Amino acid sequence: MSMQAHIAEPGRAGKWVRTVSGWFAGRGRTLVIAIPMLWLLLFFLVPFLVVGKISLSEAAIARPPYLPIWNFEDGILTLSLNLGNFQFLAEDSLYFNAYVQSLQIAFFSTILALLIGYPMAYVIARAPARLRNLLLMLVILPFWTSFLLRIYAWIGILKTNGVINNILLSLGIIHEPLVMMQTNFAVYVGIVYTYLPFMILPLYSTLVKLDESLFEAAADLGARPLTIFLSVTLPLSVPGIIAGSMLVFIPVVGEFVTPELLGGPDTLMIGRQLWTEFFANRDWPVASAVAIVMLIVLVLPVMLLQRTQPDEAGG
Amino acid sequence: MKKLLILSVALGSLSSAAAAQNNELHVYNWSDYIAEDTIAKFEAETGIKVTYDVYDSNEVLEAKMLTGNSGYDVVVPTSDFLQRQIAAGAYMKLDKSKLPNLVNMDPDLMANAAAYDPGNEHAVIYMWGTTGIGYDVNAVAERLGADYVVDSWDLVFNPDVVSKLADCGVTFLNAPTEMIPAAMNYLGLDPNSTNKDDLEKGAALLEKVRPHIRYFHSSQYINDLANGDVCVSVGWSGDVFQAQARADEADNGVEVGYIIPKEGALQWFDMMAIPVDAPNPDAAHKFINFIMDPQITADITNYVWYANGNAASLPLVDEEITSNPGIFPTEEAKAHLWASKVYDARTDRLITRLWTRVKTGQ
Repeated sequence: MSMQAHIAEPGRAGKWVRTVSGWFAGRGRTLVIAIPMLWLLLFFLVPFLVVGKISLSEAAIARPPYLPIWNFEDGILTLSLNLGNFQFLAEDSLYFNAYVQSLQIAFFSTILALLIGYPMAYVIARAPARLRNLLLMLVILPFWTSFLLRIYAWIGILKTNGVINNILLSLGIIHEPLVMMQTNFAVYVGIVYTYLPFMILPLYSTLVKLDESLFEAAADLGARPLTIFLSVTLPLSVPGIIAGSMLVFIPVVGEFVTPELLGGPDTLMIGRQLWTEFFANRDWPVASAVAIVMLIVLVLPVMLLQRTQPDEAGG
Repeated sequence: MKKLLILSVALGSLSSAAAAQNNELHVYNWSDYIAEDTIAKFEAETGIKVTYDVYDSNEVLEAKMLTGNSGYDVVVPTSDFLQRQIAAGAYMKLDKSKLPNLVNMDPDLMANAAAYDPGNEHAVIYMWGTTGIGYDVNAVAERLGADYVVDSWDLVFNPDVVSKLADCGVTFLNAPTEMIPAAMNYLGLDPNSTNKDDLEKGAALLEKVRPHIRYFHSSQYINDLANGDVCVSVGWSGDVFQAQARADEADNGVEVGYIIPKEGALQWFDMMAIPVDAPNPDAAHKFINFIMDPQITADITNYVWYANGNAASLPLVDEEITSNPGIFPTEEAKAHLWASKVYDARTDRLITRLWTRVKTGQ
């Protein structure tokens, strides 16, 4: 939960929480915590349990297309849990490869977003205060258009008869159009473009809070700009880097739309594999098993990370 | 896209004039699959307000049907999918007393469709077509020579031929149960075989030509063929003709052709059916009956260039369409058409798995 803490202003939020809990006195505190807990319970735990239940079922031609896992007949409750779906995932290397490629694409997208986002966040944070809000708005502005439309715009830019090819061809730089659509390149472009603001915003909120006197002190002690950056700015912005990376990495692992629209058929990602299981194979149990494994693949590293960062996680 | 926009504007303006709230009909049909004025005419005639949504794959429709409570009153699955969905209990039996226009339907075609829906109890033919090859006439001639006769699956399944076309873009449908049987048929095997070896052979052929395939998609190729972004697409007959019409409209110098290859092709039926939990089955029957009106069906065929199953409508269909062997195949070509079959779950999974291997090399 470290990410939100950096985006919001902790001071104001804290005051608000204190006021509210003041109203409710001792018992109120539980009540305030109960609201997000209830939210998580309703919109995370319950759907997760439903998916978990389906993953232990068996596919069938029926509505819905799987068998119930329990059966109550003549006063006897029979529970049949089918672990075969998980076994099936382990037996076919396809799923393992899809997980690996998803993690790989997410990893490199995160690195790219960081390399592009960090300088942008840094410039915004160091810009004169009156310019900052304008620059921040420019970062957020694309969100006002539908995500799908923005991806379609990229199709228009990248396709064989698209903007880039037409410009390069008319300038005589290339003589054959470049094939960019339906490649992993297009997927990276689409993903990095879409998720860049999620990297910039937490980085910005960390960088803007850095105390300038630290830089002055470092400079007084003879550090060159690069040294200041590497030994002062960068270490102090680690929380922002981690928060931004998480916000990019986690959703990208499960991406479906971008690889589907921009990627080639060999862009094997777990989101697409899930689609195939659910729609083409109409095998909801295996699709659910894929989703559960994906969650485990994601949750474990995040939990480990939180454990290694006790101060930040608590903040 | 433009067509969709016009349609939605038309729907929007009509909706304000529409009648009471419960007088609504939700139709879920394939994309680019209806005449521009069909819905407006139905609304004007019946006063029922129509919400018209589209999909581009049977799988998406099937997921909604198998989940239930889709909210749709009329849907249009392809015959083999229909058969499985009937087995799952997704559709209600039609009340034929409410469908007097059934007399217009071609008895032979309805008998063919009865193979999927015994007694035609659940569904009526909307349109039918074939899965053949659409191509950019000039781009192909440029690469294969002006005297190369395009009449065979060689164009996409022969590695020597397709490799010459790869640079201008070759695409396959993302429909494993159509592509793998087509490959099997090309190899001289029974396209309906469920034998594992046969299916593997079909997939192996597709894998061999895979490096020359730009993408696997079931609707993108319409625009791409029309714009000259790709030059050869395994596609559905009417969709390719729509690409042809769009290219003509745009006057961009692209000439699109369609062939039913001489080795044969898949013949499929798209069938109108009513989900078992349709909110307004009465309006759904009215809609299906309305579509079976000879003039309405003829209008749709004239617009989407798909053959219909409505014998009474044929005199009203443009000569240009009825005489087109790509739409109404010759008797000789008909002899080579095959119908799809419903696979058991094991074969289904095998086909999907082979398909993933074809697409991703995994």
